[in-house]
Formats: sequence, structure tokens, C-alpha cells
Amino acid sequence: MNSLIPLLIAAPLAGAALLLLGGRALDRFGHWIATALAALSCAFGLVLFFDMLGRDTEHRAVTTRLFSWIPVNGFQADVSFQLDQLSIVFVLLITGVGTLIHLYSVGYMAHDERRRRFFAYLNLFLAAMLILVLADNYLLLYVGWEGVGLASYLLIGFWQHKPSAATAAKKAFIVNRVGDLGLSIAIMLMFAEFGSFAFHPVFSAAGDATEGKLTAIGLMLLLAACGKSAQVPLQSWLGDAMEGPTPVSALIHAATMVTAGVYLITRSSAIFDLAPDAQTAVVVVGAVTLLFGAIVGCAKDDIKKALAGSTMSQIGYMIMAAGLGPVGYAFAIMHLVTHGFFKAGLFLGAGSVMHGMNDEVNMRHYGGLRKYMPWTFWTFMAGYAAIIGFPFLSGFFSKDKIIEAALAKGGTEGWILGGCALLGAAVTAFYMTRVVLLTFFGEKRWQPDAEGNEPHPHESPKTMVIPMVVLTFGSLFAGGLFSLGDSFLNFLEPVTGFEEGHSPLNALTVSAIATVCMAAGVGLAWLMYGRSPVPVKPPVGSLLTRAARRDLLQDDFNHAVLVRPGSALAATLVWFDSKGLDGFVNGLAAAIGGLSGRLRRIQTGYVRTYALSMFGGTLVLVASTLLMRSV
Amino acid sequence: MIATHALAAAGGNSPSIPAPHIEYGQLSPMLVVFGAALVGILAEAFLPRRLRAATQLGISLAGLVGGFVAVVVLAAQGHASTRAGLLAMGSVAIDGPALFLQGVILLTAVLAVLTYAEGRLEPRINGHRIDAFAAQAAAVPGGEQEREATREGLRTTEIYPLTLFAVGGMLLFPASNDLLTMFVALEVLSLPLYLMCAIARRRRLLSQEAAVKYFLLGAFASAFFLFGTALLYGYAGSLRLGEIADVVSGVAPVTPALAVTTQNDALLLIGLAMVSVGLLFKVGAVPFHSWTPDVYQGAPTPVTGFMAAATKTAAFGALLRLFYVAFPGIRWDWRPVMWGVAILTMVVGSILAVTQQDVKRLLAYSSIAHAGFILTGLIATDRRGVAAVLFYLLAYSFVTLGAFAVVTLVRDSKGEATHLSSWAGLGRRSPLLAAVFALFLLAFAGIPLTSGFTGKFAVFQAAAGGGAAPLVIVGVLSSAIAAFFYIRVIVLMFFSDPQPSGPAVAVPSALTATTIAFGVLVTLGLGLLPQYFLDLATKASIFIR
Amino acid sequence: MNAYAPILVLGAIAAAFAVGSVVMASLTGPKRYNRAKLEAYECGIEPTPQPVGGGRFPIKYYLTAMLFIVFDIEIVFLYPWAVSFDALGIFGLVEMLLFIATVFVAYAYVWRRGGLEWD
Repeated sequence: MNSLIPLLIAAPLAGAALLLLGGRALDRFGHWIATALAALSCAFGLVLFFDMLGRDTEHRAVTTRLFSWIPVNGFQADVSFQLDQLSIVFVLLITGVGTLIHLYSVGYMAHDERRRRFFAYLNLFLAAMLILVLADNYLLLYVGWEGVGLASYLLIGFWQHKPSAATAAKKAFIVNRVGDLGLSIAIMLMFAEFGSFAFHPVFSAAGDATEGKLTAIGLMLLLAACGKSAQVPLQSWLGDAMEGPTPVSALIHAATMVTAGVYLITRSSAIFDLAPDAQTAVVVVGAVTLLFGAIVGCAKDDIKKALAGSTMSQIGYMIMAAGLGPVGYAFAIMHLVTHGFFKAGLFLGAGSVMHGMNDEVNMRHYGGLRKYMPWTFWTFMAGYAAIIGFPFLSGFFSKDKIIEAALAKGGTEGWILGGCALLGAAVTAFYMTRVVLLTFFGEKRWQPDAEGNEPHPHESPKTMVIPMVVLTFGSLFAGGLFSLGDSFLNFLEPVTGFEEGHSPLNALTVSAIATVCMAAGVGLAWLMYGRSPVPVKPPVGSLLTRAARRDLLQDDFNHAVLVRPGSALAATLVWFDSKGLDGFVNGLAAAIGGLSGRLRRIQTGYVRTYALSMFGGTLVLVASTLLMRSV
Repeated sequence: MIATHALAAAGGNSPSIPAPHIEYGQLSPMLVVFGAALVGILAEAFLPRRLRAATQLGISLAGLVGGFVAVVVLAAQGHASTRAGLLAMGSVAIDGPALFLQGVILLTAVLAVLTYAEGRLEPRINGHRIDAFAAQAAAVPGGEQEREATREGLRTTEIYPLTLFAVGGMLLFPASNDLLTMFVALEVLSLPLYLMCAIARRRRLLSQEAAVKYFLLGAFASAFFLFGTALLYGYAGSLRLGEIADVVSGVAPVTPALAVTTQNDALLLIGLAMVSVGLLFKVGAVPFHSWTPDVYQGAPTPVTGFMAAATKTAAFGALLRLFYVAFPGIRWDWRPVMWGVAILTMVVGSILAVTQQDVKRLLAYSSIAHAGFILTGLIATDRRGVAAVLFYLLAYSFVTLGAFAVVTLVRDSKGEATHLSSWAGLGRRSPLLAAVFALFLLAFAGIPLTSGFTGKFAVFQAAAGGGAAPLVIVGVLSSAIAAFFYIRVIVLMFFSDPQPSGPAVAVPSALTATTIAFGVLVTLGLGLLPQYFLDLATKASIFIR
Repeated sequence: MNAYAPILVLGAIAAAFAVGSVVMASLTGPKRYNRAKLEAYECGIEPTPQPVGGGRFPIKYYLTAMLFIVFDIEIVFLYPWAVSFDALGIFGLVEMLLFIATVFVAYAYVWRRGGLEWD
């Protein structure tokens, strides 16, 4: 059965290779191959999942070694995979949501002439993400980590003819490099400290290392997580990443890749549990981001960017939960999975709306769409209800647990974190209600597009509707299902550990407060956007609104603090390089060139000269051979 | 009259001249190739014209692949290691290096022959497919006879048997265990090459000039070789490499008839130097390199590729055997001299390449520089040196073949566009081809993850281990100079604007495509996963005596 | 050195004879020039007229000469074998047949390609 694990990865990888190398012959049906292979991978995942359920708890985790990758004395890097409870959750999420989004893309990308390439990249992404979550050592994880970064880069910039898309892709790539640097340093530190980077030896030896070293490793891992999961201060790329096709936003920049940071921290729990300072940093990053993202989400008029802010915020919840230690790991993952469902559903809904509205993304140009796109409307509403934590839907269960866990931290910290989480819940309700009101309710504010075509909103094709409907089920029921008898918690506990938190408020009270917060947010949004017509031109707005529209000035901050001094430094170095080093190098090159030009004249083209040079060479050779003897 | 009598009497009196023992089985790689060459000539004589090209290709491939299979079978039977031995009364040695190099030569030749048969590049004439070779080699360039032959779509299909003869000589060259056999092999491989250089379809005068130059200088070099052989015979009283080594180390008894000259060290040293000249000429080492650029440029490009790859392999094989079997005893005499040759070769090859404006000449100088790099491995005088040289030759052969195959594809109305200026912006016009050529150039430059890096690393490591560290430093510096002009071409291809009337990239048939694909495959394969082949080269690195 | 002395002496005598006879002939011989005497000597045949600026010999001369050499060498090789035929035995016979067959292949090629025709 373990032999299925490599096949899980091989299927989408083969798809990517086939589509990229196959040429135009595959243009007509290549996307179906890709979808079939994603589904195949999903089927393998399900088989492995049920196989795992069939074993008792101690024997659920399995590893399989494919081959020895870099065998150098003392430096053993294997390509080997570990499938445990945590990995299988991710495998199912990635392949399941991935398959649905492949299917959705068949419709969404139907008219794109580079569709084959798009599907190749999607498959590549699946393979890389599966490597990431299945690796049994950090080096292989790094391969997957870079692989998803590459796929993300390729897909954000998929419409590379748009300068904005190309720039966004570069931005995502460069910001991610900062995080990747963290991961690579963490791996080096681990190797220096433990002499290995495989999970098992590192975690079992973690107890012997000093706290300082573990904190350093933890902080570097956090940096990596910040980059990949768009957490403050490396969050700036996610909003721009929405330039990619919408299925990509749904799959990579909402449901799966951006949650890799949560996976990394949860996977490294053995290190974080022994480094409380690093854990505190994780919690702070999570709490700050959850508010940051929520505020940004309130101000955006671009539907995808509003959802991107929301993603950032929700991942903030997960990171915070993961930073709380064994109290929160399982809930972080649970929220991750439910979020995967409803956020993917929301993005697909947004894509469907755009599809019907000539690719318009400005919500102020929507309005009243519920009558024109009923399926999209109802599935979007399901996702909406789930994300704001409407009682007994998916988001309600997972988010409440995180709020409880935050409060259980105890003392002032607990109240601050819990307060942040509750405030976040209220703001979430506000901005999501805003999105729904602006898009589906109110009067039509449709505008002709650049070529003057009036939009004719219509329901999307079946291939797009079906995935949305399927995800709706996840949005509605996954949370309840997971909480039923704490089944999800019990399943994950052997990997992540669990300890019961002692919240100062009991669970019912927390739920009640959270629901009140949610209702307050919804109400406020209705007051602002539901009662009166929405202006097509955005009002000037308060200082905070204006700042939030500019992503809370993060780009300006980065520009002032990093880019400008960096450019100055680079300019200085370039000056030194061109005047100093290049002068030397160019001089040398010129000297060699001159020598070459002179030596060239020996090559006259006359056989007699050549023969003479050979004869002379022979004389020298003979003479020097004789000379060697006499010396 | 009396002499004839004596001869007859001698024949009559000794009715049993012992028949020499010939191991046909172990000689089969060469016999198969020579046999195929003879069949090729018969085909040339008796087949109607339209059938010739395809038949010749088939015969050549059959012969070469058959030879390769024979090599593999021999190696599998242990003739490369435990059962290595001397054949044909001691004049041919079959051992690890011989079989390894024979394998390399045969594979190279297979791919080269594929490029010969390429018929898609030249425009059809009156519906006839034509190739890179002259319509009628004997016709006067530009004359009426040539025009008529061209109109009729004639092709010089003799190129195939000629190649097979050359390959046969090349197979014998690194395996020859006495100087006379080595000389015969040298001539058998050289004479067809001279002819092959002369039959380019385009720029025929340049081609013929190249052939004449190559022939004259080659004959000159062969004369040195032969003269050296005579002197060494005078010294040792034998032409067998092993027996010369015995005389050098003083263990062999002196033949009374040669008592005067035997162990006269002047004869030994002068003979050694002269024999080396003959071989250094073939590998293109400075100062015996001057033919290389002219001949590489003038010869038909598929032939250049074959010559650059296979001749170098064979000649280095012979050089290795000469120095490692016959003269290990006086290595303190020849090593410093070879140091000088290696340094000169690396430096002059690299520096002269910098100002070249023609792709084929550029590659020619690059091949000179590479001869220098390989010589550093030879100077190590230990097993690792042999292994490194063997590996380098394997890596280099395929890169070279691939690079010259790419050169055949970049064309304008006058045939191949070899001037560098017309390669500007090729990366925009034909990204795939430019990328492939860039890969080959990077391999030449020795950039990691290509076979060139592994090869260079191996020879330099062997040289450093063999106490030639200064040589390694010169080697690395020359590599840096060399990297400059390789990368200059890459920059030219990818970062310059294409000329408006620049060359077009012809779409090759599967034949040339196969050759290029193999080149890419081996280049990457030996760069990424070299271990198997390094082990193979190490296993094959023992000479039999 | 002693071993080489006779060779040197022989060389000196040969050189002296060659130079001496040319000099003697020019000193002592009668000088009566005519057209035939002034023409280049070319194996006894009529000298080929040479166009101005240097021309080419027809390639047929070379072809014939080459073919002559090939078969000449074959004969040279056959002689010693014929002389010691019985001593070399069956091995010699087989090898010689192979040799002749090989040369015959070349012969067939030349014949089929018109190398034996003068025009």
C-alpha cells in the first residue's frame, strides 16, 4: 500500500510533463488528462486514507523511502515520504479541492489559447504541494516549498501580456524568497545542530538542544511561514497575486499553498513547544495579521482583493492557533480545512461572477446579480455564512475553538488574543456582508467594459457550477462533522498532541459572544451598504479607509524602508563594480583580446608556415627532451 | 639470382613457418567495421545510383552498431579486466582503455553517420534530395562537369565506406601494441579523413584547400612518427611497446646484433619526442595544431564533427598507451616536456579563440584548448589520470558532435551561416536550438551540471593528485578565458538583436535531431549522474602489457 | 662513429660522381641544339601542351598511376608468399585469399566507376 504514496505525486507530475512536452497535439483534450490525473491522485489519497483508518492509532503513520538522493558521508538526503494523520488531511484537501478546481478551470479557461499550459502548471502545483506535505525531511520539504513557489509564480503571471500580472508574479516570487531564505537557514541550523534534517531525528533530539538555538530555528521557520502564508510583515504579495486566473486564486492563494506556513509550524511543533519565545512571536504575527487582513478586506472594491484580505486574516487565525501550542494545533488544522472549503467556494463564486460580467472585478460595478446567477448566488451565500461563523456551519465550529484556545492562554495575554479574535470575527462579518451586498443585492450598477460591451450576466457552465456546489457541502457541514465527538481532534492528536485549554469563559458563552460580534458586523454592514444605494465612484473615505485601500501602506513602507536604501546600496555597489572591478576585468579582457589578435597572425593560412612551425616545434620538443636528461 | 636461390632454399628447407595465431573473436569490432566498409564499396560499385544513399547508411549503421555490440560483448566477457590480453602475436592489445575508447568511437561514429545522411537541409535540386557532400568530388569546382552533376542530383555516397575505414583505423589506433601497428592504424584512419575533408558541397575550394593542407601536414607528421619509430627500434631492438619498456627499465636482454645502438639514450629520447610529435599532431596540440582551424572550417560540417570527436578520442588513446605502456620508466624525462605542451596548448587555444569570428574556427580553437585539458590528465601518470582522460573523451565527443550538428542547421542562401555575426539574436528566432547550443557551449566551458564540468574536474583532480598543481592552475585560468568566448556566443545569441537578413534555422529530419538529442542527453546525463560512467572509466583504466 | 664512416664515404663518392658527370658532360660534350632537345622529357610521350599561366594535368594520369601502384604492391606482396607457399601452409593461403579479395573489391569499384576507361 505504501507504494501508492509516490504514485500520488507521480500522477500530477506526469501530467505536467506530458502537457508541457506534448505540444499542440494535446491542445484539444490535454485539460481532461490533467483533470483525470488530479482525480486519480485524489483517489489514491482516499484509498490511503481508508487504509490508514483501518490500522490502529500507533501504526497509522508510515514512511516509504524512494531512493537516496544525495548520499555523501555524513550527509544523507533521501527522497522518502512520510504519510501520517497530518499529511493525509493535507493530501485529501489538496487533491480534493485541486480536482474540483481543475474541473472548474475546464469551463473557466475554455477560451484561453494557452489552456494546456495552464493545466500543466496546475498539475505541477499539485505535485509540488504533495511533495511538501509528504516529505519526511526538511530538505525534500524545501523542494516542494520551492516547487509550489515556482508554480505560484508561473500561474500568477499566467497572463503575462498584462504588465500588472507580470509584476505581481515577480513581487510574489521576490517576497517569497525572503521567507525561503528563512527556511534554508533553519535547515542549515538544524543540520549544524542535529546532524540531520529528517523529521524524526531532529524532533527526537530537539530536547537536547539549547533553547536559544531552538528559538533561532523557530524564528527562521516562522519567517518562512510568513513568506508563504502572507503574514505580516511579508504579506504584501498576496493582494497582487489576485492578478492570476481566479481558479489559481482559489486553489493556491486561498485553499492550499498559502496554508503551507501553518503546516510548517504544526509539523515543527516539537521545536516550537520547546521555544516559548518563538511561539510568542508566532502568536503575535498571527494576531496582527488577522486584524490587518480583515481591515484591508473592508476597504477593497476589487472582489478578489477583498477576498484576499480575508484569506490573510483567516490564516492569521490559523497561525495564531498554531502558536498557542498543543492547545491550538489541531484547531489550526481544522480551521485550515474548513477554510479551504469555504474560501475556495467563495473564490470560485467570485470567478463565476467575473465570468458573467466580462471579467469586471470592481464590486461597485456589480449589484443585483442574485437573480441572474442563482447557482452562484446560493453557493456563495453558503460560503459567506460559513466564513462569518453563522451558527452550526463549518466556520462557526472551527473559529470558536480558536477563540476559546486564545482565551485559554490565560491572563492578560489571553484576554488580548481572545479580544483580537473576537474583533476579527466582527470585522469578518462586516466585510463579507459588504461583499455580498455589493455584488448580489441592491440595484444594477453595471458599466460597459473597455470595448464598450454592456455586460450580460449569465449563469456559468456546468463544469464551473458543479465544483461550487460540491464545495458548498464542505462549507456547510465539514465543521459540524469534524466536531461530532471531536473526531478530527482525536484523529490528529497522535501527531500534533493535544491538551485541554482552560478558558475563563465556558464554550457556550464564547459561542454566544462570537455570534453577537458576528451579528454586529453584519448589521453595521447592512446599515452602510444595504439600506441606501451604493455610489459607483468610491467616496473619499476616512484616513483609515484610504490607508486600507492602499493595503495599510505596506507597499509604501516596504518601499521607504527596504527598496530605497536597497537601491542606494545597489547603486553604490554598481558604481564600485563598474569603475573598480570592471575596469580591472575589462582591462584584462582587452589585454587577452590584444594578445589573441597578435597571435592570430601566426595563422597565415600557408601550409609552408604551418610546416615550419611544426618543424620548429619538433626541434624544441626533441631538444627539451634531451635537455631534461642532462639537467 | 643467388639471393632468390637462397630464399627458395630457405623456404624449401623450413617447411613449417609457424602460422601466427589470430584471435578473430577479440578483433571482431575492427573486423566487422572493415567488413562493412568493403561491403559498402561493393554496394557503391554495383548498386544503381538511387538506391545507394539509403543502402550505404544501412550498411554503415549495421557495421558500426555491430562493432559496438561486439565491444560490449567483449567487455561483458571480461576482456576489459580479467581476460585482457595481447592479440595477433602481441601487436594488438585488448584491455579496458582499448575497449572503452572503441566503444566511444563507435557510438560517436553512429551519430556522425546519422548527420551525414541528413537530406532536409539543402533545398532539393530537380526533385533530388541532396546532402552536405559534393555532387561529384572529382569535378573541378565551378566547372561544367560539376554543374551537370549537381543538376542530376548526384551525391558522393563514398563518404560512408570512407568513414568506416577511418573508424576501423581509429579502433585499431588505441589498441595497437606495437609502433608499426600504430603507424598502420594512423595511416588507415588518416587517409580517408583527408579525402572526406575535400568533399564539401558548398565552398568547395575552401574544402579542397583544407584537405590538401591536412594531407601535407599529416604526411609530415606521419614521417616524424615513422622516423621516431625507427630510432626507437634502434634503441630497443623491438617495436613492441612492452618490450621497449623492458629495455628502458633494463630488464630485457640485449640483442647481440643491436649491441651498438641498444640503450643509447639519445636514440630513446629523440625517438620518443618524434613519435610524440606524430600523435600530438593528431590530437591538435600546440605547436602542431595549426592545421586544426583551417581543416575544421573547410571540411563538410558533419565530417568536422566526426573528426573532432572520434579522431581526438583515438589519438589520445594511442598517446595514453604509448606513454603508459612503453615509457612509464622515463616519465621524469617526458613529463616536463608534456607539461610545456599542455600549458601552451591550453593557453594558446583559449587565447586565440577569443578573436575568432567564425563558429567552426571557434570550435576548432576550443578543441585545441580541450586537447590541452586532456593532456593535463595524461600527465598524472596514474590510474586516476587514465580514468579521467577516458571520461573526458566520452563527455567531449558527444558535446562536440552535438555542437557541430547544430552548426549544420543555421543556414542562409549560401549554405551554413558560420560567421558569428549571423548568429546574433538566434535565441529569439529559434529558442530551442539556441538553448541546445548554449547547453553545449556551457558544457565546453565546464559549467556544473554538464558533462564538461565533470570531465574537467576529473582531469584536474587527477593532475593535482599526480603532482601537477601548477598545471591545474594554468588549466583553470585558461578555462576562465575559454568561458569568456563561449559565453560571448551565448550572449550574442540571446541578447543581441537579430539581423534583418539573418540566417534561418533549418528543420532537420529525425537523423540530425537524433544526434543532437543524444548529445544533449549525454551532456546532461554525465553532468547530473556521472557516477556510473566514472566508475566504468575507473574500471577500464588498466593497460595490459 | 666508425660504424658510420663507410656510409659517409659512400655518400661523398656518390655526390662527387653526380656533380662530376654533369660538369664533365657540359665541358666536354658537343652542343647542337634542336627543338626536340629543348622539350621537356615526359616518359617518352609527346609533352602535353601547357596553356599560359599553368594548367592541369588530366586527372587520368594520376588515376592510372595510383591503380598501377595498388596492383604493383599486390604483386610485390604475392611474390614472397608464392615462394614460401608450402611453408606458410593453409593459414597463408587463407590470408592471401582474403587479401586478394580485398584488393578485388577495390578493383571492382574502379572498374564499375569507369576508372579503367581512358575517355
